[in-house]
This record gives sequence, structure tokens and C-alpha cells, in this order.
Amino acid sequence: MADPLLSVRGLEVALPDMTRKPLFGAAPKVQILKGLDFDLPRNSVTGIVGESGSGKSTLGRALVRLIEPTGGSVAFDGRDITHLPEAALKPLRRDLQMIFQDPMSSLNPRRTIAAIIAAPLKQNGMGDNLRDRVAEALRRVGLPENFGKRYRHELSGGQRQRVGIARALALSPKFVLADEIVSGLDVSTQAQILTLLEKLAAEMGLTVAFISHDLSVVRRLCKQVIVMRNGMIVEAGPTDALFDAPQHAYTRDLIAAIPLPEIDPAWLDERPAKVTA
Amino acid sequence: MTAPCLEISDLSATLANGVRVLRSVSLTVEPGEVRALVGESGAGKSMIGKAVLGVLPPSVRIAEGRIRLEETDLGALPLKARRTLIGARTALIPQDPLTALNPSRRIGPQMTDRLTKILGWEGAKAEARIRQLLDEVHIREPERVIRSYPHEISGGMRQRVLIAAAFAAEPRLIVADEPTTALDVTVQKQILRLIAEMQRDRGTAILFVTHDLGVVAKISQKVSVLYAGKVVEEADTPALFAAPQHPYTRALMAATPRYTDPMASLKPVDDAVLAGLAAEIADADRSWRAPHG
Repeated sequence: MADPLLSVRGLEVALPDMTRKPLFGAAPKVQILKGLDFDLPRNSVTGIVGESGSGKSTLGRALVRLIEPTGGSVAFDGRDITHLPEAALKPLRRDLQMIFQDPMSSLNPRRTIAAIIAAPLKQNGMGDNLRDRVAEALRRVGLPENFGKRYRHELSGGQRQRVGIARALALSPKFVLADEIVSGLDVSTQAQILTLLEKLAAEMGLTVAFISHDLSVVRRLCKQVIVMRNGMIVEAGPTDALFDAPQHAYTRDLIAAIPLPEIDPAWLDERPAKVTA
Repeated sequence: MTAPCLEISDLSATLANGVRVLRSVSLTVEPGEVRALVGESGAGKSMIGKAVLGVLPPSVRIAEGRIRLEETDLGALPLKARRTLIGARTALIPQDPLTALNPSRRIGPQMTDRLTKILGWEGAKAEARIRQLLDEVHIREPERVIRSYPHEISGGMRQRVLIAAAFAAEPRLIVADEPTTALDVTVQKQILRLIAEMQRDRGTAILFVTHDLGVVAKISQKVSVLYAGKVVEEADTPALFAAPQHPYTRALMAATPRYTDPMASLKPVDDAVLAGLAAEIADADRSWRAPHG
């Protein structure tokens, strides 16, 4: 691929398995990501899908260096960031932003919304015209300026996620990690948040890694899709091709398991197979 | 004609401050039928399930209306008799199997408890029944699951255990409260199939609470769409999907993502629809006064 923004080669991550930790001493490591290769093209949204335990969130955290990979490499904008120390990463943080699943836990309850959005601006040397920048960030996500005076608990779930988006985009980053940003929201709110992200990503030319368990949402938002299972990539490709002609049996199962909002009496008819505990 | 398995008529519930959380809800579930209750958070769908099971939170008071299980008006029974009846005739499949199971006890004894309490079965008789039930929910090694603690088995397996437990004492009615919401999509499909299979084989009626119109389409024969504690539309499920009547139902359908038609789905709900709903709710409340008592 010509000049991707993020380039991942042989990525491995092992994390301590706390369920097997002895009373004293270190927990044994468990391999979460088992050698991933892919590129994220510039100015487009890439979906990363998989079921729980597939490693999609761990992958996201490794992409923005919230965790350090144990093997392989991550190159951002042509620069290897796999093992960069925190001090060297700091200037890059501005370009590597993230939006989390649960804005309730990622927004400080004691600070106003304006202060929450202003904090990363100040840390990244964009502290001039702070008021205007915060107002602009709020306006961008469809919130009036006086929302800046409110606190987290005064906002609805959808409004909180708008704040999460405003904070991530205030720095005009190159890359945004969006990890299950609409799980837990009602469908009507989900539609608002996703169409907002879709619009802003196009307007601002963002490169987005969109992590989701919902393939229907991914089909709408993403230009290409990576399907993960057990820490490996099962299948990857352009969205339409992947949905129209899935190559891997697991991808076909995932798509077939989506309950579409339409009548299909045959959908439930297969007798379930025996499962082992 | 036999009485419906469950009949709710004009059920209104209020909080201590007088705010209505259910607004004259009426619905029936016939024997052997699955009725879906669908709506967004705060619509009161779980509240209806809780009212049927007699487990409303203390802050919620039933202000008006009636709940009948087959011939019996629950409100007319003294508390103890009501609890006994609800325990014998109904069961719950909860959303989160981990919190519904006692973490410090093995699965087997937790399941036999119910048989002992409701049917008076103990010892080998109860254990044999549990083994048979686990087999019916397609668990290959029932003995292993019986001896396991809840944390030792997967989420999908725990949900199977709770489905087996719900059907254990042969209830007439099951309240399924978002039973697949916490599950992966492939596991969800298995669990929905399983519930449908158990329900069809036994003719159990189910009140199926969900926020997902996709799940409604697959599992139910009848559906009630709720908004702010009010049933805004009620229909046979195929009719609802063929021709939704209420603007809110149509808006919900348009907001639900579908991979088969990505550009036509995921439409944010129109402000006019929300304004219409607010007016409808205000209208309903204007003509309603909480009875004293």
C-alpha cells in the first residue's frame, strides 16, 4: 500500500495472566496478539471487528502505544514507535488520539467539560486562544458553548460521547482510535454519534481505527475491515468485498449471526449443536 | 376460550414523587407465545417484567391497573400467596448470568434449590432432573458443569445454565430480560435458538424484553413498542416489520444499522418525532390522575 499512516508488522503483545498469578511472584504471560501484519491507509476509516477475547482492544491500545508491544513493529507516519520511550512519544501524542467506550469513566467528574477539553490543548502547546478553541471543539460536535460549564453527571450518554469526540479532535490529530464508542448507547443516540464521527472523519481527513463488535455499523462507516479472532487476523480487505464475498468461514459465521431487523423464519430453525463446557 | 397466560390491563406505576414510569400499559401473552417488549433505555420495558414477577424496586408503586396470571388477579392475593403463585408459575432469564448466580456455590446445588423450593424434589430425583435439563440445553458434559463454580464456565455456558434453571420447574410464563445483550453475536444466535426451541417444545409463554429490533424480528410473534412507559404500538411481529404504524417505530427501524443496506440505515431520530412523542405523553398524563390509596 502506498504510504500508509500506520504500518504494523509481526505485532505481538503478551500480557500477564492475572487468573494464573501465584500468590507471590509474577503472573505468567499469555500471548494476546500473535503476529499481525497490516497497514492503515491515510484519510480513511478502518474497522477492526471480532468477538470478545479476540484481541481487538489490545491491538488498539498497542497502536497508540498505551501498551508496549512484545514483538514486531508499529510505524506511525514512517517512524518506528514500537519501543519509543514516553518522553520521545510525547510530541506524537497530539496526533494519536483516542475515544473510549465509556465516556462516564474517561471524563473527570470534578472538572467542567470546558476544562476537560482544554487540558490536552494546554499539554500540547495549544494553550493560546483556549476559550475559542474549546468553543470550536464543542461546536464541531453539535454542543452549544455553554455546555462547557457543565459537569459529566449533568450530561446524557450521547452528550458525554460527544464530549469524548470533542476532546480527541480538539488537537486536530492525524489518527484516532475509536474503541466500541457506541456500545451501551440507545440505537437513536448511536445513529447520531456514528453519523457525527463519519462526517468529522471525512471533513478533517482523519485516519480512524474503528473497533467494534457490530458488523452492521462497520459496514456503514468503514472503507476496509480487519476481522480478528484469538489474536490473529482471520481476514482483511475492502468492506464491500468482505461483506459480499467473505473468504473465511469465521467471517461468514459472524455475518450470518447478525439478527437483522426483518422477518426470517429460517434464521432460528437450525438445531443447535452440542457445546462443551 | 382459555384465559391468556399473562394479561396486563391499564397498568400505571409511579415513583414516590408522583412521576409516572408506566403509563396505562395493557398487553397479553397467550400460552406458547413470545411477546417482545422493545424500547430504548428508560422506556419501562424491564419495569413491566419486574411488575409481573413482583420484584419492583421499593421506590416504584403500582398506582393503577391489574396483572393477571391465567385466571388469577395478582393484586387480589395476599403477599405470601402471591409470591408462591409467581414462584410456581413464572421464571426469569436475566441479562447478566454472573450476577444471577451465587459465586461461592457450585452450579448443581444452585439449580436443585429451585426444584426443592417449588416442586419439593430433593436428592437423586432433583439431580437427575438437573442432568436432563443441562442435556436439553445442549451441554455436552453436564456432570462437569454441575460441579463447576460460575466463574469456571464461559458466559454463553452460564446463560445456558440459567435457561435450564428457568425451565426447570416447568413455568407457564418466562420473563426474559435482555438475555443476550451481554453475549457475542455468534453466542447470541445459539442462545436465541435454544430459547426458541425450549419454548416451542414446552409451549411456554415468554415476555421477552429487548432493545434490539433484530432480536424482536427473530424471536417473537407479538411485539409492544414502548416509549417513556407507554405502549406506542402493538402488533403481530411480521405486521410491525412489514408496515410500522407509529412514527417512533419507524424512526427506531431507520436508526437500527443493517449491513444489507448501510446507507439507508443508521438514521438519527428526527426531532419532529421526539416532539410528537412528548406531546403524546403529555396528553396521556393530562387525562390521568393518580388514584388515592
